[in-house]
Amino acid sequence: MNNFSYPEKDALNRFIAARYRTAWLWQIVFLFALLFAVVSLSALILNVADGAFGYVAYEYKKDPAMISPRPLEELTVPELLAALKANLSAGAFAKLDNESPLAGRSRAELLGLVEERILLVKTLETYPLFRSLFQREQIAAEVKEKFPAARLEFRAWLNAAFITSPQSSRAEFAGVRTAILGSLWLVSIAILFALPVGVGAAIYLQEYSNRKSLLNRIIQTNINNLAGVPSIVYGMLGLAIFVRAWEVFTSGALFGVTDSNGRTILSAGLTMGILVLPLMIINAQEAIKAVPDSIRQAAFGVGATRWQTIWHHVLPGALPGILTGSILAVSRAIGETAPLIIVGASTFITFDPQSPFTKFTALPIQIYQWTSRAQGEFHAIAAAAILVLLIMLLSLNATAILLRNRFQKRM
Amino acid sequence: MEALLFIVGVLTVFITISIVLTLGDQALLFFNDPAVTLAEFFGTTQWQPQAGQFGIWALVSATLTTSVVALLVAVPLGLAAALYLSEYASPRVRDILKPLLEVLAGIPTVVYGYFALLFVTPILRTLLGADRVGVYNMLSAGLVMGIMILPLISSMSEDALSAVPRSLREAAYAMGATRLEASVQVVLPAALSGVGAAVILGVSRAVGETMIVAIASGAGPNFSFNPLEAAETMTGHIARISGGDLPYGTLDYSSLFAIALMLFLVTLVLNLISQWFVAKFREQYE
Repeated sequence: MNNFSYPEKDALNRFIAARYRTAWLWQIVFLFALLFAVVSLSALILNVADGAFGYVAYEYKKDPAMISPRPLEELTVPELLAALKANLSAGAFAKLDNESPLAGRSRAELLGLVEERILLVKTLETYPLFRSLFQREQIAAEVKEKFPAARLEFRAWLNAAFITSPQSSRAEFAGVRTAILGSLWLVSIAILFALPVGVGAAIYLQEYSNRKSLLNRIIQTNINNLAGVPSIVYGMLGLAIFVRAWEVFTSGALFGVTDSNGRTILSAGLTMGILVLPLMIINAQEAIKAVPDSIRQAAFGVGATRWQTIWHHVLPGALPGILTGSILAVSRAIGETAPLIIVGASTFITFDPQSPFTKFTALPIQIYQWTSRAQGEFHAIAAAAILVLLIMLLSLNATAILLRNRFQKRM
Repeated sequence: MEALLFIVGVLTVFITISIVLTLGDQALLFFNDPAVTLAEFFGTTQWQPQAGQFGIWALVSATLTTSVVALLVAVPLGLAAALYLSEYASPRVRDILKPLLEVLAGIPTVVYGYFALLFVTPILRTLLGADRVGVYNMLSAGLVMGIMILPLISSMSEDALSAVPRSLREAAYAMGATRLEASVQVVLPAALSGVGAAVILGVSRAVGETMIVAIASGAGPNFSFNPLEAAETMTGHIARISGGDLPYGTLDYSSLFAIALMLFLVTLVLNLISQWFVAKFREQYE
């Protein structure tokens, strides 16, 4: 053995005390690692909130007094309509009316149009939330010095108009309506593909195939591997197969749609479906595994066939688990960005997607695009779009947890 | 019915095969082009498709740098967090902290990209000097990637640590070990293959991560291992080039598939090793 001699008496006590001190110190170090994660999460969320609200300095190229001597905020719907009619060319007015009848639009929307089209509003500077809250005077002084003509206003970039407006090249008027619809289309197609296929594969692996067989082991290993393949590789697969090889199908040419290429919602949705499939299968397998064997044996005992057993007894028992798994798959699909870039999500789409064969954009794509711009106002709407995405994810996960708790009690 | 389910079950194998075939097919086109040689691809450090230079190391260097930074953050912190959760935390604390880690794991990577570019990078530039750190740099992307991978490593390691039989801990305590000695000298070595699996999966995740590096680490290949510089990773390059309307059938187009094939093979090997570790660990204790 080595030359370590055990200390005695006082030295022993000191030795033990030192060991416990080390143990205590490291416990604090370990705790700090966890706190680091919590602090990062808070910093991330605060950073997004910081960007999505705050003062904005802007100016009108044209004087608002040309519309009415009263402040813009006080104008009524008919007054705004009249202002639009008076100041826009007849063609421009008709075009706006065509997109959606002007008389039917909300006051906020009309006010936005007046600011955008007639007064030619221009954002000069945006300020983050925390500075806006705590350094109000300083910001006011700074704006007064740099832009004497500018107006200063506290703005929530995440507001009703942001959710309901389509894309725009101007950050002040851009919204995420087309992106949200695109994301919903995508996720629906992905789940329509992945849910039946995933559950089917899980049933085969758990209920039919011999678990010890080579084929089963190959499939199982393969599924685990697919779950770890980088999402960008799925994007390349989607590009080569759905966008290019199956272009006749995914562009809708087979169904008489002529105005698009393979870079459609359908291609992207199928790519997403393949991406979430391994996750779907693994979750469904867990859910099926959790159904007790006694239920199967009871069904077989009264003479049910294998399929009757599965359909009437195993699947209903596994349903909550499968649903939870699908929701997790949806939240994965809704946040994925890289494969969408590869299969060619367009970034500038002002119309709502009408069919699976249209070009599309999606929430994460918008976030990526807006974050990559240099101007502060685009970062602000990126932050607002992130909040929309996070709220969607949060509600999805809350639903999953509720479902799980509810069914757990019943089982 | 069984036949139908069988087909669906085997479909996943076809997905893997078609990944290999499509990537391989285009990659083969790329390597068969007279302008490209394997020696150039694997042996040089300039990636400039316009000039006909295809040296993958220009992209691999950035992938390596960001991944190393990420793992330097994620492995020690993830492991420490796992040790705390599995060996120290009371059930109540665990019930609060574990869901928080899960939230961190569920945040889309594009959001992490925003965080890296607009929060971490400005801080780095203030701390280290704006003249030394660019608006785009690998350090910021790597650090945030580390935060993203941390929950993966901590939750997988915690599973492994919790699976170590109680008797081992009790034996250590009976010998007079402190909690630290029991966890680091007895439980951790016993769970080593599980922890190893977590780390390897973390590496695989870091190599394949796209959005954080596409947003924060810079556009343009740059052969450099200096984390303060901007450089484009393999994934970032694919995302940027294919983002535009890339004409099909060009050398540019097929070069992306060659990069993607490399990514796929590297992550495949890493995932297989990780699974092998997990299987070994299960054999020991379950």
